Amino acid sequence: MFVVALGLVACAPSDRQASDTAAGGVAASSGVALTGAGATFPYPIYSKWFSDYAARTGVKINYQSIGSGGGIRQLAEGTVDFGATDSPMKDEEMASAKGGPILHVPTVMGAVVATYNVPGVSQPLKLTGEVLADIFLGRIRQWDDARLAALNPDVTLPNREILVVHRSDGSGTTYIFTDYLSAVSPAWKSGPGTGKEVQWPAGLGAKGNEGVAGQVKQTPGSIGYVELAYAKQNRLPFASMRNASGEYVQPTIESVTAAAAGVAQQLPESTDYRISIVNAPGKGAYPIASFTWIILYQNQADAEKGQKLLDFLRWALREGGSSAAALDYAPLPAEMVARLEQRLGTVTLGTRA
Amino acid sequence: MISGSAPEPAGPADGLAARLSGAGVGDAAYRTAITFFAVAVPILLLLIAWEVGLAGWPAFRAFGPGFLASSTWDPVRGVFGAAPAIYGTIVSSILALVIATPLALGVALFLSEFAPPWLRQPVAFLVDLLAAVPSVVYGLWGIFVLLPVLREHVIPFLRDTLHLGATPLFSGPAYGPSMFAAGVILAIMVLPYISSVSREVLLAVPRSQREAALALGATRWETIRGAVLPYARSGILGGVILGLGRALGETMAVTMLIGNTHQISSSLLAPSYTMASLIANEFAEATGDLHVSALMAVGFTLFCLTLVVNALARWLVWRVTRDAGATR
Repeated sequence: MFVVALGLVACAPSDRQASDTAAGGVAASSGVALTGAGATFPYPIYSKWFSDYAARTGVKINYQSIGSGGGIRQLAEGTVDFGATDSPMKDEEMASAKGGPILHVPTVMGAVVATYNVPGVSQPLKLTGEVLADIFLGRIRQWDDARLAALNPDVTLPNREILVVHRSDGSGTTYIFTDYLSAVSPAWKSGPGTGKEVQWPAGLGAKGNEGVAGQVKQTPGSIGYVELAYAKQNRLPFASMRNASGEYVQPTIESVTAAAAGVAQQLPESTDYRISIVNAPGKGAYPIASFTWIILYQNQADAEKGQKLLDFLRWALREGGSSAAALDYAPLPAEMVARLEQRLGTVTLGTRA
Repeated sequence: MISGSAPEPAGPADGLAARLSGAGVGDAAYRTAITFFAVAVPILLLLIAWEVGLAGWPAFRAFGPGFLASSTWDPVRGVFGAAPAIYGTIVSSILALVIATPLALGVALFLSEFAPPWLRQPVAFLVDLLAAVPSVVYGLWGIFVLLPVLREHVIPFLRDTLHLGATPLFSGPAYGPSMFAAGVILAIMVLPYISSVSREVLLAVPRSQREAALALGATRWETIRGAVLPYARSGILGGVILGLGRALGETMAVTMLIGNTHQISSSLLAPSYTMASLIANEFAEATGDLHVSALMAVGFTLFCLTLVVNALARWLVWRVTRDAGATR
């Protein structure tokens, strides 16, 4: 793995050179394919988009789902035409990118649900962010804790110890989840904080959504978190979360889109879309949700590839939403799509950074 | 090969000279080629170590010796200490050997000394087949079969029937994923390596050795203990070392069963971490330079640990062989 990574780094300068030459007027062949790399979470919907788009226009897009971190690294080195990430790039990462300023374009949204295994409980449990944070901080240790019982008066909670299960591998899912806990719990924010991996104060780590789900299924008294799409496809039980306006909301495609709509209305004109939509305002908004982004350079050194990438992104924003819901991804709210298309207009083609 | 049985068309002296000069060129080329290949492998190894060490250097510089001694692994704040992973790697591997070595030796002794001939091949084949099962399959099997069995039968037995619950080794809550589970799965994975090598070594013990012991009136057990095992000692040790190397580097199955928690606990039932799991878990999503560097530093530490263990093992085998040579 190390050798491969080093090899990619080593290739970077020559790739940049090649694209610069192409931008300098040498016509490349019309069959140029775009290459991208990054997040695994949106891979199913992206590959559906890429194959639909190839069938329609003949433009082939090659995407490697190597993880958000890899996507950011490869875009920064200029080895791919675009990257994809589940957590926005940090300022220092943006500053160290070789190709100049980077644009973040939200594509779809995902949500994270709290899944649990509590013997004798059949209806969805109700949770607040504070209680969820205290469970994951190891402060609430029993299922029949007074604060849990107060939220769920109709449910008989067992006298059982809570086992926290979290992701052991770095993951956008963990990023969204810890981003939410940081937003609602000062203790979480000053403790573990927000990240794709954090220092967990309680519980044990399992690899991947399937690892967390498997561990929760097998251990009575456990609680964990997984992506909404994974939970729905595997029929896992999940909690209703109290949102910023005080309602208990079940995670659905609609409630996630509502979260983005609530945030979108308050966005300033100058936003760079590196925004969090956890604990979003607005009626019916599910609080543990996030965008996933495609990232690209604002100055596309290779004009031809840049144009193809823009064409694809415009198509994906306009047409992609309908196929997203079928794969359990929440589409962007309509008002955001129009603003994002305007933003794509700021991309320049063929000029050197 | 050159002298062979080729016909000799010219006079003896001419032919010999011609062949020698021709062979000289071929020999030289051949020698150069194999020297190149032989040298390339160690150089590649050194290059890998150099590159990994270089990539890990910023983390070693930032945290100093604390990197190996601290238990804090906080990617959010960029504080990294690998002590729990180092501890977990060593303890899970030792645990695996403690469980696997007697079993593997039993299998090997049974197959070489006691089993009827018709049983030998099938059993040996099946045991060797354990080595062919992919790691991720062991992991899945571990989650769905091994963990419930450990949790519901083995751990209650160890705690209540054998009264080990009072010792620190088996204290605390038992959820399943733990150092113990990782040790058991590693034991199953290294067993075929140890048993296969041991069996070959035991079969290679000369017949005269056994006959001599039997002739002196030794029982079968005394023969094995007094004549066969000492003879095979260094080879068996070599098999154990091979298993240890496999256990230290095993990643996937351990990641799925060890619970991935940065802590050093005296209890084997507590979740733990290993260096290989840490790298596998975090490398794909590590973005910060120091985070990547810390993972590379863990990789370098694992590399060094493996090197030290192997060197120690070589030395041990060498000593055992020498002692055995002296007594014979």
